[in-house]
Amino acid sequence: MIAKKIANFFLPMVGIALVVGLWSLASAVVSKDLPTPMATWEQSKLYVLEPFAKRGEMDQGIGLLIGYSLERVAKGYGLGILIATPLGFLLGLSSLLRRMFDPMLQFLRPISPMAWLPLGLVLFQKSEPAALFAIALCSMWPTVINTMVGVRSIPQDYWNVAKVLKLSPFQTFTKVLLPATLPHIFTGFRLSLGIAWLVIVASEMLTGTPGIGGFLWQEYNSLIYAHILLCIIVIGFIGFGLDRLMGMLENRLKTA
Amino acid sequence: MPVIEINNVSKSFQKGETTRHVLKSINLSLEQGEFVAIVGYSGSGKTTLMNLAAGLTQPDGGTIQVNGTTAIVFQNYSLLPWFSALENVRLAVQAAFPQYSRKETTAHATKYLEMVGLGKALAKKPSQLSGGMRQRVAIARALSAEPSVLLLDEPFGALDALTRATLQQELVRIFGATGKPVTALMITNSVQEAMLLSDRIVPMTMGPQATLGPAIPVSLKKPRTIDMLHHDEDAIRTHAQIVTFLTANKSQANATTRNHIPNQIVRPLLRSQGLQPDHPQR
Repeated sequence: MIAKKIANFFLPMVGIALVVGLWSLASAVVSKDLPTPMATWEQSKLYVLEPFAKRGEMDQGIGLLIGYSLERVAKGYGLGILIATPLGFLLGLSSLLRRMFDPMLQFLRPISPMAWLPLGLVLFQKSEPAALFAIALCSMWPTVINTMVGVRSIPQDYWNVAKVLKLSPFQTFTKVLLPATLPHIFTGFRLSLGIAWLVIVASEMLTGTPGIGGFLWQEYNSLIYAHILLCIIVIGFIGFGLDRLMGMLENRLKTA
Repeated sequence: MPVIEINNVSKSFQKGETTRHVLKSINLSLEQGEFVAIVGYSGSGKTTLMNLAAGLTQPDGGTIQVNGTTAIVFQNYSLLPWFSALENVRLAVQAAFPQYSRKETTAHATKYLEMVGLGKALAKKPSQLSGGMRQRVAIARALSAEPSVLLLDEPFGALDALTRATLQQELVRIFGATGKPVTALMITNSVQEAMLLSDRIVPMTMGPQATLGPAIPVSLKKPRTIDMLHHDEDAIRTHAQIVTFLTANKSQANATTRNHIPNQIVRPLLRSQGLQPDHPQR
């Protein structure tokens, strides 16, 4: 039991050590431009140790940059699931609507955020709403599809209960439809948030707005490669954290 | 005026090219306070008849008239798993008596759960209850709406033999406890269960094109016990009469039908072209 716990703690450490080793090797052998792990830390520690320092529009502590990005994600993702959830219910409940829009859904789903962003810029003329537009549009599909599948997989038994008890449409929704679909919806929410976080970096790089993606692009242009690595690590951490958070929410709903 | 009036009802299902005629010229009427059991083989179309009576499906031909409110006890309980026993019953009370306050709704639901002997399990989720207990909740849910007609669709079909026997006796007691005579239509595959509870037993012929045989009255006085069924001369004769009818009609059906497809529960397989939820369905 204890041995297992120790292994659970140390094995990931070994994995990390191996990757850092490969990284060092790559910076020594493959490309001298790639900063070593040590050099990355040396050049980045100002940003990490003073996370909320603001030295210029782009030159800010990592905490602030993450804050900007998370705020943008929250807005775009919020907008996305606000549209996606009702849409998923409608498509799940009506076979007419489903037949009408399913091909459209499959067609829109694989379109890259890079493709939506310029359209957003054309539509809104500003980078901020364009970024939100791209995030919302790209992140909504897993929620739409999961909600739709969730509604469709409600056993006939539950519908019969609603019908036999003569529940009102509102009661049917709140007492049967919503609780039966909730675990599916939350799976959709989790996948959507993952996509929203992917899109934020791309959209900030393209629009040059302050945030973790914007910072990454600016530092690339300023030839400060260590900061690119810093950004990649931070993006990974935040994405991991968000997924864990949603996973926890999802698990709580499953047992309920 | 009869409480349930089923008039020359037929029902068939279309599956691709083939049409399966499940029910044919069904006639049945129930008077106020009468308990009628339909006994038949599994796959004969009993549940289809029940769904028609409950209004869950519409007949192809004929008419079904139910005067008053109905409640149904399903074979597989059909409790909502996200609600506790109390909340499951409360939902029925809420729908049946929308004028009740929160407190009244809870009190009413609690009363019926106590009646089925679940006063101590109010807060339990269906997953925490045994099969017999779940079916008790389902019975409490149906009774709590105080319907004029109770439909029982193989109410103990999913239970083991011992629990089944206990619950049959319990149901006799519960019906006594509600105070007023319940009009009930039960379908079952157990002749004994039918004899224990009903005033009239209607055998159903083997499907397809199942229809009802002549009704056989059960004259034994109520409340009945399983012991009575085993020893009363009349009861033994009635039992034999029903079994004879059912066996006679089974061989006849077998001789006349070809390619009989047994009735089975078919859940539509969900196929999504997109993402699948990464956890199993409940």
